[in-house]
Amino acid sequence: MLRIPCPCCGPRDHDEFRYGGDASVPRPAPDDPDPEAWHAYVYRRQNPKGAHREYWQHVLGCRQWLVVERDTVSHRIGSVVMAREWQA
Amino acid sequence: MTRLSQGGRIDRSRMLRFTFDGRTLTGHPGDTVASALLANGIRLVGRSFKYHRPRGILSAGAEEPSALVTRITGDLREPNLPATMLDLAEGIVIESQNRWPSLSFDLQAVNGLLAPFLGAGFYYKTFMGPTRGAWKVYEHFIRKAAGLGRASEAAAWEAAPVRSDFADLAVIGSGPAGLAAALAAGAAGARVMVIEQDAVPGGRLLDCPEASVEAAWRRAALDRLAGMPSVRVMTRTTAFGLYDGNFLGLAVRDDASGIGALVQLHAQRILHAGGALEQPLVFPGNDRPGVMLAGAARRYLTQFGVLAGRRVLVHSCTDHAWQTAFDLADAGAAVVIADQRPMPAALAIAAGSRGIRVIDQARITATRGRSAIRAARVESPTGTEWIACDLLCTSAGWSPALHLTSHLGTRPIWLPELNAFVPGPLPPDQAAAGAVTGALTTGAAIAQAAEAVRALGFAAEAPALPDLPEEPHALTAPVQTTGRGKAFVDLQMDVALSDIALARREGFEAVELLKRYTTTGMGTDQGKTSNLAALRAMADRRGIAPAEAGTTVFRPPFTPVNIGTLAGRALGQHYKPIRHSPMHDWHLANGAEMIEVGLWIRPWFYRAAGPDAGAAYIAEMKTVRQAAGLMDISTLGKIEITGPDGATLLDRVYANGFAKLPVGRARYGVMLRDDGIVMDDGTTSRLTDERWFMTTSTARAAEVLSRLEFLLDTAWRDLRVAVTSVTDEWAAMSIAGPQAQAILTRALPDLDLSEAALPQMGVLQATWRGSPLRILRISYSGEWACELHVGARAGEALWRHLLETGAPLLRPYGVEALGALRVEKGHVAGPEIDGRTTLADLGMGRMVAKRNAYAGHVLSRRPALTAPDRLQLVGLDCLEPDKRLRGGALIYGPGQPESGHGQGRVTSVTFSPELGRYIALALFAGGMAAEGQEVATVHHIRGERVRARIVSPHFLDPEGERMKG
Ligand SMILES: [Zn+2]
Repeated sequence: MLRIPCPCCGPRDHDEFRYGGDASVPRPAPDDPDPEAWHAYVYRRQNPKGAHREYWQHVLGCRQWLVVERDTVSHRIGSVVMAREWQA
Repeated sequence: MTRLSQGGRIDRSRMLRFTFDGRTLTGHPGDTVASALLANGIRLVGRSFKYHRPRGILSAGAEEPSALVTRITGDLREPNLPATMLDLAEGIVIESQNRWPSLSFDLQAVNGLLAPFLGAGFYYKTFMGPTRGAWKVYEHFIRKAAGLGRASEAAAWEAAPVRSDFADLAVIGSGPAGLAAALAAGAAGARVMVIEQDAVPGGRLLDCPEASVEAAWRRAALDRLAGMPSVRVMTRTTAFGLYDGNFLGLAVRDDASGIGALVQLHAQRILHAGGALEQPLVFPGNDRPGVMLAGAARRYLTQFGVLAGRRVLVHSCTDHAWQTAFDLADAGAAVVIADQRPMPAALAIAAGSRGIRVIDQARITATRGRSAIRAARVESPTGTEWIACDLLCTSAGWSPALHLTSHLGTRPIWLPELNAFVPGPLPPDQAAAGAVTGALTTGAAIAQAAEAVRALGFAAEAPALPDLPEEPHALTAPVQTTGRGKAFVDLQMDVALSDIALARREGFEAVELLKRYTTTGMGTDQGKTSNLAALRAMADRRGIAPAEAGTTVFRPPFTPVNIGTLAGRALGQHYKPIRHSPMHDWHLANGAEMIEVGLWIRPWFYRAAGPDAGAAYIAEMKTVRQAAGLMDISTLGKIEITGPDGATLLDRVYANGFAKLPVGRARYGVMLRDDGIVMDDGTTSRLTDERWFMTTSTARAAEVLSRLEFLLDTAWRDLRVAVTSVTDEWAAMSIAGPQAQAILTRALPDLDLSEAALPQMGVLQATWRGSPLRILRISYSGEWACELHVGARAGEALWRHLLETGAPLLRPYGVEALGALRVEKGHVAGPEIDGRTTLADLGMGRMVAKRNAYAGHVLSRRPALTAPDRLQLVGLDCLEPDKRLRGGALIYGPGQPESGHGQGRVTSVTFSPELGRYIALALFAGGMAAEGQEVATVHHIRGERVRARIVSPHFLDPEGERMKG
């Protein structure tokens, strides 16, 4: 079980969270007409070995979307920040 | 009797009675089933998996491959329990397994004669190759003949609760290393949990007689730990798995109820001190009852006061086995030692002083005995002889119980001087100590444990080492011998050296392939006494070192876990949460037949309308079409949206435009996923300039809310909007039908519900008996209809009030009728919004034709999503009056062969009382381009074929006249 230190709620079991995928892929602007940009956003992922920034939502807690740094090999959790406050 | 008159840690003052295969036997508190069987002179306890050979008790612990039994408690049958791990209790009923008709006379032992055909790869070759049709013929017999115990089919049990627990340090194992670690960390004030799978803590210290220094140290350590409030020692508890975040799964055996409890332990640090598992030597005839691990024979003597044999042959390549020989001799047995090594001089003197004969450089090449061992043929440089024995103790050395250390991916490493694998480099919050690291003496284990606890960051002081006697612990690599008869590597899966040789000849050399081909290590014991021998056997045949042959990384569980333990109380209706609408009790009291819809329990139909769903939904549809119906729609997802940028948010997430939605109006909207596929549909009403009320489908409420939050928290942080789920705050009901407007006007006389005040898609806000009320003029059924959303506490009162005012015309209806009404109108729902369809597929392409910049629009215009032959929404008219259409049926166009996936599928079906026939919605290649075509709908599983015609999905009132009232 992963335990994610939520900035609002403290360390909580990952059962309380919803996974939201890769946080390093920027979403195109709403009116971006470029299919390539949207294709990259929806489908293209790096799948790195090691540190990975990803979205998790504390659905059974404060409901904040978080940017969580997780090691894809050891599953160790590094930094956790609220997505609203995260600067890429 | 083999029970001695003294010695052991059992309570001889009390007698426990139990039955084994119907025979009543006795034992004492402190016994296991295995020790009690041995004490009663019973050595044959089971038949083997494949060849039905007689098998006995090999070990005294969780690694037991052979002595698996079934415990019967009332209706509950628990199969495949190692007799070595079962506490004896008054009145327990034990059965042996895999024998028919009886243990001593097993007709299927004839499998032994078929052995040449049942070797490695037998199943694979016979049933996966060109002859795989044979499986159908032989499955029944093979499943009956090859297998383990039979589980009970009774599902009822007293489930134990699952609980969470926490510790600064989890110590796995209570041998010398575990106890020393707990003492050190406990003295430093840490919260320590010691986890011991046996009933008694002490591990290998229990092999030492009570009068020994080691036993005295164990007693003193346990006394000190008992005085430390922050230390807990959990016995009968198996740490079966280690998961991310130092999360340990613990199964606590409860022999009273049978189903043990699950503990989810979150440990800051973990010390692995699970010891090492003694391995048996591999030689022809090594599987007879009476062949036992040397350490186990010693354990039965010192722990249970059972002398497992009177004439003992000890065959080993380790010093530790000699201690067994000495203890058994001291207890009165006649002992011969046949060691594989050249004579160990110091030990030879000790043996001589006890009158023990020693044969060095010895190999066993055969054994004799029908239901138990009677003699073994020993070959040595001095000659070959048959040595009579009723107990053959073997030891090939030690295999560290490193399973948990590798659950998170740490690969074991080969320790040459141990001839075995030890844990690889562990992460900083884990450590290992004692025999699991290859430290084979008590003194080394204690010293290493204290060091490990300090390394884990606890301010622990080095404990005073007890004044321990010398402990000879030399060993060499074991030699596996072949000869006449099978030399077993895996006793549980009946895998012999000859099978490994066959696997090599056929090219299955790699360890993972070897396992799958021969099934070695794949039994319930997961090869705890066979993996190392199998690896060595393959390495010998390939002429490489065992380390080069590799090892497999272990996965949980360490030992089998009862599925009831994992389930805990999450059974039946407690499996997942259940949601009730505010009108739930009314539905139950008024004859509703309920149905699960996701987490919700909803009225399916009301029995007043008909005896079953088929009759009732048609009657309920007629009520709605001819008078008025009332439906509980509280399950809709409801989201409150507030803020100056709410219109922008809605305009972006809905495919159709919402920016210009005026206050006091509602609009139907469809959301797409970013990949262009339809996600959900619903309505949103504008309550004030900066306040909206969104409804979603019941099924996707959580998903929609989470998506809105995601977009606002990440990419659209600049939008000043808040979204809040208000699903549970509002009761909701829909009144629909030609009489609905009149009834509603009578029920709510203070409100103006005229066409002018509440037009189609109008929104009216009011208060009813002190609760907020929102009336939305929205129709799902195609009739004049309103949604009424009222504060949840007033839900049932308003529901009753409407029904009383509307009686007898107004009646409640359920989800079956609701689904049928929407099919008549051609409204899509879950079966059509199936995660594969686009707006155009669902016939709604025109509503977004002139828009862009909404989520999903760019990828929805990809060529693949706009191809002309996509499956698109059509209606189907049933052309055969005596037949019905069926959801899930495949559709075949004229002249098409009626096999394969067809040109489409039927998604939603209903009988239409208005039209007097079955109608359906379907997804069909090319959609309405095929209007008027006759097609065949075929349900291959039911064997049904029904002709139908492709028509407009708007079966009823396509102009929407009825909604106008
Ligand atoms: Zn939180």
